[in-house]
Amino acid sequence: MEDMSQYPLELTGPDVPMVRFMNVTKSYGALTVLDSLDLDVSEGEMVTVIGPSGSGKTTVLRMLMTLETINGGVIYVDGKPLTHMGKNGVLVPADPKYLRLARSSIGMCFQHFNLFPHMTALQNCMEGPMQVLGLPKNEARERSEELLSMVGMIDKKDQHPSRLSGGQQQRVAIARALAMRPKVMLFDEVTSALDPEVIGEVTGVIRKLVAEHNLTMLMVTHQMAFARDISDRVCFFYQGKIEEQGAPESLFGNPQRERTQQFLSAVKAAD
Amino acid sequence: MFDWRWDFAFEILPRFLQAMLNTLAAAGVGYGIAVVLGLVFALAQRTPSRIVTIVVRECVEFIRSTPLVLQIFFVFFVGPQFGIRLSPWVAGMIAIGLHYSAYLSEVYRGGLDSVPKGQWEACTALNLSTTKTYFRVIIPQALPPSLAGMGNYLVGIFKDTPMLSVIGVAELMQAANGIGGSHYRYLEPYTMVGIIFLAISLPAAGLIRVFEAWMRKKLGMN
Amino acid sequence: MSYWEFLAQNAPRYLDGTLVTIAQFFLSATLAILVALTAGLMKMSRNAAVRWTAGTYIEIFRGTSLLIQLYWIFFVLPLFGLTLDKFYAGFVAVGLNLGAYGAELVRGGIQSVPKGQWEAAYAISMSPAKRMYRIILPQAFLNMLPPWGNLMIELLKATALVSLISVTDLMFEAKQINGSTFLSAQAFGTALIIYYIFARLIVTPFMRWLERVMARKMGRA
Repeated sequence: MEDMSQYPLELTGPDVPMVRFMNVTKSYGALTVLDSLDLDVSEGEMVTVIGPSGSGKTTVLRMLMTLETINGGVIYVDGKPLTHMGKNGVLVPADPKYLRLARSSIGMCFQHFNLFPHMTALQNCMEGPMQVLGLPKNEARERSEELLSMVGMIDKKDQHPSRLSGGQQQRVAIARALAMRPKVMLFDEVTSALDPEVIGEVTGVIRKLVAEHNLTMLMVTHQMAFARDISDRVCFFYQGKIEEQGAPESLFGNPQRERTQQFLSAVKAAD
Repeated sequence: MFDWRWDFAFEILPRFLQAMLNTLAAAGVGYGIAVVLGLVFALAQRTPSRIVTIVVRECVEFIRSTPLVLQIFFVFFVGPQFGIRLSPWVAGMIAIGLHYSAYLSEVYRGGLDSVPKGQWEACTALNLSTTKTYFRVIIPQALPPSLAGMGNYLVGIFKDTPMLSVIGVAELMQAANGIGGSHYRYLEPYTMVGIIFLAISLPAAGLIRVFEAWMRKKLGMN
Repeated sequence: MSYWEFLAQNAPRYLDGTLVTIAQFFLSATLAILVALTAGLMKMSRNAAVRWTAGTYIEIFRGTSLLIQLYWIFFVLPLFGLTLDKFYAGFVAVGLNLGAYGAELVRGGIQSVPKGQWEAAYAISMSPAKRMYRIILPQAFLNMLPPWGNLMIELLKATALVSLISVTDLMFEAKQINGSTFLSAQAFGTALIIYYIFARLIVTPFMRWLERVMARKMGRA
């Protein structure tokens, strides 16, 4: 059992990061996916996570969304612990009730959209605000329509997902996540399941978000050019640890570590 | 179970064991009939003649959609109406065999449909006769996916044998009724019959699941 | 006498029996659905005791004959203090028996909802209850409908067994008519036809219609 007293109950002081991974470990049985990871994301920062499969990059996002349990260390969001809660002056693993409250400030978009098929685009967006935030119907609708306009899907608001293309569905999924007014947005390979010609629709929306909002964002993607364009920082993961990180121009333009160079040249060759 | 009498239970146990053999025999024979007749029904629905296909289809649907117990009565009583006297056993076997052949024909139909179209085309290309095509190429491939359904219906037929008691077939339910009626004690007979059924059908169902998994592994996750 | 004379003479009794069968059908079906939902959800619980309870119920009622269960409920339960009138014993037995099969269908339907749906509902912080009720069950319901259609037919056929504890349903009347007229082919044949009409021309088309309506609601018209 880890000694939890080494972790603060709360992050205080100036410059508290929006997201902090502190000594985070995740393993599946004998397989360690994340290895004592330390990662900070500042408020409003857009961080892209890249790396080969099995490097742990998707796990980072999934743990932030509390879809996976933590095996070591603590994750903090906006200064408060996400994966743990304070009890008698010490951090203990969070119970489901605390988790549900804590993760409400995180929003996530998935590779396979996961829109609710039995609801229209508008109803998908209204579902969270109404059922979870308790907003009255007209307020939820107003918010949802605003977001659907922003992602360019307002004229399809009464369509079911089965009638929408992949790019359109993903844009609705982004609007749905934003409707919950999260502090942190996670994008898990949101263009990997799309046909090439519609990838631009989705990256365009994310671009808009970065430009017009101060949302903290973490993105896992294979779209290197796009990542280079809009990220504040890029992290290259290898075997559960951050191999190298930095501003996009320096990481992509002048990678220092050998593994980073190997990965980037392999990706370029595949383009 | 405050009124359970162990001495009574042990006293009547031998009669159940004898009746159980009858039950198993009934299930076995009925299933044997159903397996063969079911194949006939399934193949009959694949003939080029539309009339035969439709008539057989409707007959199968009719048998599948109506209660077995009613069919048992029908077969048992209709015979004498036209001069044919059927023993309860024979009438029961015919009824159960027919009823389950309808179910099995659906299982076979699924299995036959799952054989890739290319197999049929290969047989045509090799100029195999229809009989050879079916028995040497198609049916062997239709069999593995059908085995799960066939296994389930074997357990099902065993559980339906009590219905034969209504026309006097000397199986487990009949024995329980008889004992209950003559001793005026129903607790032990009915409970023991229930336990005997559980003791046979649960392991049987388990075995079928194991067999199904083994089959799937053997065929490479087919 | 001709078949038409036979029908005319016995129509009232067939009608009475049919009405009782319909009542038994709806009552058993309602009970079966409630039981199936409960047991199916219980079987997916994280609590081992809850899972085990549902599992035991399902295995017992699926592993023994409906006829045995029917007799047990009607003849043996009174010894434990619970005496049910035969009409109630009838649909309770049928409902409990088919509910056990239905529980597996419920479980299968829920498990066939893609994992991504659970994760999406989780990601917008839905409570487990809301998630099940608003997101998972509606999708599971559509997945379950085809096998439930078959189960409803089995339920209709199962109601015929209640005649053996003297509930005056269609099967019971057919036996009575056979006993008085000795025209077995007509007596039982007519009953068979009535069951067939119900199964093929009423229950099955209704279930197919329900499937179409639900598919349209899911935007999968």
